[in-house]
Amino acid sequence: MTAPTAAGCAAPDQAAPLPASLDLEKETVITGLVKAESGEAVPGAYVRLLDATGEFTAEVVTSPAGQFRFFAAPGDWTLRALSRHGNGDTAVTAARGINEVTVTVAA
Amino acid sequence: MSRDTALVSAEWAEKNIDAPGVVFVEVDEDTSAYDTGHIAGAIKLDWRTDLQDPVRRDFVNKAQFEALLSERGIANDDTVILYGGNNNWFAAYAYWYFKLYGHRDVKLLDGGRKKWELDARPLVTDAVTRPATQYVAQEPDTSIRAFRDEVVAAIGTRNLVDVRSPDEYAGRLLAPAHLPQEQAQRAGHVPTAISVPWSKAANEDGTFKSDDELRKIYADAGLDDSRETIAYCRIGERSSHTWFVLQELLGHRNVKNYDGSWTEYGSLVGVPVALGDTPGEAGPNSSVGEA
Repeated sequence: MTAPTAAGCAAPDQAAPLPASLDLEKETVITGLVKAESGEAVPGAYVRLLDATGEFTAEVVTSPAGQFRFFAAPGDWTLRALSRHGNGDTAVTAARGINEVTVTVAA
Repeated sequence: MSRDTALVSAEWAEKNIDAPGVVFVEVDEDTSAYDTGHIAGAIKLDWRTDLQDPVRRDFVNKAQFEALLSERGIANDDTVILYGGNNNWFAAYAYWYFKLYGHRDVKLLDGGRKKWELDARPLVTDAVTRPATQYVAQEPDTSIRAFRDEVVAAIGTRNLVDVRSPDEYAGRLLAPAHLPQEQAQRAGHVPTAISVPWSKAANEDGTFKSDDELRKIYADAGLDDSRETIAYCRIGERSSHTWFVLQELLGHRNVKNYDGSWTEYGSLVGVPVALGDTPGEAGPNSSVGEA
């Protein structure tokens, strides 16, 4: 069966290309990498998107290359990453289109 | 129900991986995580292909559930330990489902896959097969499942708990922020529903907060535990997480999960919708809360 792509709520593959149907005039994409202090990408990290009040909005697991991606709205957000190598936070002010962010984790 | 009967810790789970009569089940919407590594001996259930009817918008019926569990090797007297990704959303959905079909002994693994991984506990890739059983399900217990008409009737009369993120509740987002936002249905929430995001009930490692913390969260949000409660989200899995907290951990009675949730309600013609950060008023028309 082919269910509609939006039927579920699980996080999609973080390494997959952006869907061709995606309208970047409308979507606010926050994407980037989780890195260790050494600069190495961290796969399997849990990245949480927190809103301007610090409330949880969404969470994904980074791809084998350490990538993550959210579909948010313009405004202030915090990315918080949890991993076996430690945790880290990065603030971002997002605008429509693609916003690239790196989150560094440390023990 | 209580924490002792509904929940097991990762430590307990690791000690009981080989215990007789205990079956670990990983539940996800996308089972690729299971395929890259799972708890030893755990079988998988796919939320979409195993638990949803392939044609109608509904979950599998009693006969389909019996066939599924028989084929996967789960017996009526097994202790089923459910866990998964996404902070146990889909595992909580499956828990609700096992309860709906009358499974006697089912528990959630506290923290799910995330806690297990962050603890660096072992995962294996071995294929798991269990001998088939003859599983017999009970008739569905609709005292824990809400349908759309009940939700409309509950406006202003029962507790409605919207467990989506604040931006989804207010109508600023239409889906959780790891998904594209273009959706068919209208944005907003059911008028008079209070906003208590599912995530309030969980620590950042995915484990549940303590009973005292949980009681305070729902009391502060204005949940009247003497009244019946309906929890909803977008498709019913985050609200299963909150249903689990209210009914199974805190022991509230008469809590229902509305699995149609916002993808159904937000597409209904003629029902009231509230926008903004406040619950809004009961009434026949759309109401707009204060932003």
